[in-house]
Formats: sequence, structure tokens, C-alpha cells
Amino acid sequence: MSTDVNVKMEALAGVDPNALPLQVKDLQVEFRTRNGIAHAVNGVSFDLRAGETRAILGESGCGKSVTAQAIMGILDSPPGFITGGEILYRGVDLLKLPESERRKVRANRIAMIFQDALSALNPVFTVGFQLAELFRKHRGMSRKDAKARAVELLDLVKIPAAKQRVNDYPHQFSGGMRQRVMIAMALALDPEVLIADEPTTALDVTVQAQIMALLAELQRERNMGLVLITHDMGVVADVADRISVMYAGRVIEEAGVHDIYSTPAHPYTKGLLESIPRLDLKGQQLSAIKGLPPMLTNIPPGCAFNPRCGYAQDICRQDPAPALFQVSPSRTAACHFWKEVKGDE
Amino acid sequence: MSDIVLETRDLVKHFPLTRGVVFKKQYGAVRAVDGINLQLRRGETLGVVGESGCGKSTLARLLVGLETPTSGDLFVQGKNMSQVSAEERRRGRRNIQLVMQDPYTSLNPRMTVGDIIGEPFEVHPDVLPKARRRARVQELLDLVGLNPDHINRYPHQFSGGQRQRIGIARALALNPEIILCDEPVSALDVSIQAQVINLLEKLQHELGLSYIFIAHDLSVVRHIANRVAVMYLGRIIEIGTEDEIYDNPTHPYTQALLSAVPVPDPRLRGHRDQIVLTGDVPSPANPPSGCRFRTRCWKAQDVCAEQEPMLEVRDKSGHPSACHFAEVRDVVHASE
Repeated sequence: MSTDVNVKMEALAGVDPNALPLQVKDLQVEFRTRNGIAHAVNGVSFDLRAGETRAILGESGCGKSVTAQAIMGILDSPPGFITGGEILYRGVDLLKLPESERRKVRANRIAMIFQDALSALNPVFTVGFQLAELFRKHRGMSRKDAKARAVELLDLVKIPAAKQRVNDYPHQFSGGMRQRVMIAMALALDPEVLIADEPTTALDVTVQAQIMALLAELQRERNMGLVLITHDMGVVADVADRISVMYAGRVIEEAGVHDIYSTPAHPYTKGLLESIPRLDLKGQQLSAIKGLPPMLTNIPPGCAFNPRCGYAQDICRQDPAPALFQVSPSRTAACHFWKEVKGDE
Repeated sequence: MSDIVLETRDLVKHFPLTRGVVFKKQYGAVRAVDGINLQLRRGETLGVVGESGCGKSTLARLLVGLETPTSGDLFVQGKNMSQVSAEERRRGRRNIQLVMQDPYTSLNPRMTVGDIIGEPFEVHPDVLPKARRRARVQELLDLVGLNPDHINRYPHQFSGGQRQRIGIARALALNPEIILCDEPVSALDVSIQAQVINLLEKLQHELGLSYIFIAHDLSVVRHIANRVAVMYLGRIIEIGTEDEIYDNPTHPYTQALLSAVPVPDPRLRGHRDQIVLTGDVPSPANPPSGCRFRTRCWKAQDVCAEQEPMLEVRDKSGHPSACHFAEVRDVVHASE
């Protein structure tokens, strides 16, 4: 039997091929801890088109990784609970599916790359075995065929001498090569959506450039939607089409990449852009955002950013939190004073 | 007094690789730092950049005396630290203090902030009489922007950025002239990074400190440093002023490193001169012959394998670079 035999993807009921590959609507996640309820995600919504790169930008603790875990259905529960919202894959609400159906989506249609490849891979199996396992479990292939596919995949992500390296263990790979193995694993079953959670944070810049170039190439070839979760404004500027900026579990600004960088409409986005040093500018003044992000167990009333914000007025300190205002037909910002923040064109 | 506060000459640190337990045999060495010459002038900031495994943290540990060099000399204010008496070496160490990378593991969780910042006085009791130490600790807390009333709190009661401020206060306790910052902001969130960088700049201005700033983030180093040294596999491969390194890099590795840094401006997308290197950094236990970068270099010729390029000025750029074919290429502003 040849290895390129096209085994049919497991069927999933109710899929509308014309619907978007991924839509998140008003997602709510909370963590019930001993110190109270932490509201990690408070109504996150975004769409993802085929072939599009959506960046979710935010600092640690803003809920970006929890959002990814909720989409993948790998949230630790307890303590984490999804308390509301919808996650639609081509019109099917994943949150309503039983686990057995959900499994057909995971890795098959929506796959994920993790930040730390060393802890995401199993140290006691060879990478070849771990890659082949996907084909054996999801596609019912024989060991031999599955192994051959694993070699093809390592080749695809440009690991030199793939035929030999397939029998190596994760610790025998360097950081960049290990991240390539992770990408190979995520792409194995040809998913339509790839979620990358800080894929290059642990890597050096020269290796980061290699990995981002590889991801972009594979995405283009397959017309795959990419959700890139990161805190790195530089990486986002290089690859993203649309950006959702998150703060304290909410999306506080959503826009195309050029709008965000040229005319940020939320004080937090603006503050972030002014606080990063740039390689191509010298003698630049850094204006830091004062204060600290809030505790998720104790988010201030009104706009969560108000204690750190230079624009804050009384209205910002009162509930409800500002809704997402329509700044232009293609962008929104959750600030009462977005006009002032954005300034005139 | 001379203007050079710190100098190294051919500083080398090799970590032996041994085999066997009873009959230990050395079969090689990790050449973490392999012949470093640098000078730090009073009041300046020298940035040291390089990828992980290039030896920059070992260099930091050598400079503060946490490691003994295998060979080579370290001069602190003109005194050769390997030739002075133990007592004098101890005094010399007061003048050079370290701010560590990870504010979560570098502070003892069972000590109060007051004890942490006051501990240098236990080691060097003649600096300040006991009675005045508490007041000095509070003064230091105020200096780094923390509330002096929080002196009895524990590290876990502070956020990452605040902990890094505690680490900075501890480094300042003995009034050093030189502060060595080993990746001081890389563990912090973006919005907090700027606060700590601004604090470091303010302190340098007020106290006349000299910094050695070790980081892998080239944008941060450009912001804070006056001069920059680029390291690769235990060697400095290019050194110069901030302008020379960022606007006129001549070593291919520096050029590749700079071109790989993403710039937060989407208008530059696709217009930048990106050099994507192939392969990984070779093992420092077995560095390539000749030029250490030749295995990943697109300019490599036979001579690169045979002859190690010295760190010297070769072209009109005016700053030293360890490449036989050093040539200016502006990768940062290549958008036009």
C-alpha cells in the first residue's frame, strides 16, 4: 500500500462548509480557586477566515492562553469552567458536542502549537512514534505507513536527515528543531485552523525568524487560518492580518494590523506601543504604563484599565465596562474616549 | 585616576567534561568564554548581546567573581583581581554588583525585603554601622520606587516588576560603581519592562553608575547602551558604539542577528532586508576551526576554516570586527 493513500477524515455532523472555520462568540471562562473566582475570560469574540492570521495580543494573565485552551477543549476542569458563549467551527458549536465528537475536531480540523516544545512532547517516546500515533489513531493506518508519513512530515518542516532523526527522542533535538517537530505534529492531519500559543517566545531571534518563515509558508500552501497568541508586538507586525488586543480577560481593541500600529484607539494599546524600544530608532523616549495589571479575582469596576489610564474619567470607574465602540466599519475599541485616544487622521 | 573602571584581558572559562566516577578522566571542555577582551569606561553602558549558549551569562559570573577564570586577567579599577590578596578581592567585589535575570528565583522567599536588601551589609559589615542599616534600606526602597513602609513584606507579596526593583535595590546597597545586569527585563511583561529600563537609566544618571547590560533583546540594548559587544560561541565578534553596530554592522553574524529582530511597524513588512540563517549554533565543546561562524555563514571561503579572523578594524567603518570579509551592510534601515 502506498503511503499517500487518502484515508477519509472522520465525519462530523452539521458542518456547513460555507461557514467560517472559527468563530468565538462572547466566551466566558472562570477559575474557581480557594481565593475566590478568577474571571480569566470575560466575553471574548473574534472571527477567523480561511488563510487569515489573527493575532491575540496581551500580557501574561490577560486570558489569551485560556482562550486557546477553551477552543481546543483542553482546559483543566476543575478549576477552569466555561460559563458562557459559543465556539463555532464551520457553524457547529463545539461546546455542545460530546467529548467523543470533540475528538474528531481536535488535531483533525483545529490543531495547536505550544510554547514549550520540550514539555509538550513526551520524553519517553521517539518523535517518530509520537507523530505516527496521530495517523494510527485518527486514520487507522498501519505502523509502517504511519512511520513513513512521519518521515514525510519531518521533511516538510525542513528537519535535515529526517529519515534518521525520526528515531530520536525529543531531548536530542535543539530548541528550534523541537519547535519544528511540534509544527509537524500540528499539521499532520491537515487542519483548517492552527492555534499557535507563543510559538517562538522560548527561541533565539535567528531561530524565531526561521520558525515564523516556515509557519507563513505552510499557512500559505494550505490556506490555513492561524490564531497567533503572543505578547511580542514585533512578531505581530510582521505576520498578522487582524489583531485582538486583550486586557484582563476582555478584548479591548480589534482592528487590522495597520490601524492598530498607526492609530491605536485604546489607551492600553497606545501605551504598549509607546513602551517598547525599537531597533530602528535611536534616542527614543520610553513612556511606561504606570501601575500593574489587575488581579483576575478582583477586577476593578468599570473599565479594567482605568487605574492605569491617563484618560480615565468618572464614567470609566463605573459599571458597566465600556462596550466595543465601532471606530470605523472594520474596527472596534472598548474605550469611552476612543476619539481622543485615536486623534485626528 | 583612569577612566577605565573594568577591563578583561584574554579572559577564558572552560568547563571540563569528565567521564567515570572513581577514575575521573577529562575528555574535553565546554569553551564557554574563550578569550574576551573588553573595557568599561566610567559612566557608560556596555551592552553585551548574543544568542543563548554564547557565553554571555558565564562572562557575567566571571566579572562579579562567582566563577574563577581558567586563564586571563580581570582588572577592577586598575587592580588585577587574580593577584591581589583575598581581603582586597573581597573589597573589590563591593564595587561590582549583579542584578539577576529571574526576579522569582533570585530572592529568598523566606526573607523579608528588609533582610534581602540588608544582607550585603552582613557580608561587608564595615560599610555601615548596624544602627543605620534599616534607615539605609528604606532609603534604597524609596530610590527604586517602592514604598519604604513595605520593608517587612516578603517577596511573594510583590509583582515581577517590583521584585526586580528589590533586586536592583540590593545591588545598590554597597554603593557600587559598576552594576552588571544579566537579562534584567527579559522575564518581565512588556508594559513593566519600560518601567524598569527607565529606572535603570534614572539611577545611572543620579549615581554615576557604569553598566554592563547583558541581553538577548537587541532593541532593549539599542535603547540603553552606549557601546555594544556581540558575542558568538565564547568570543566577541564585533564591538563598537551603538551607532556603529546598529547602523553599520560589518560582521555577517551581527547583520543576520539584527535583520532577524522583528520591528513593530507593519508598514515595513516585506521591505526589510532579512537574512535567515540556516542551522543551529554549534556546540561550544567542539567549536569549528578558524572562524566559529563559518558553518552558518554565506560568505565563508576556505580561508575561514584555516585562519581564525582577529577582532580588528578592517574597513572604513572604523570599529573592530572578527571577519575576514568585513563589510558594512545596513540591515536595520534597508526599507528604502
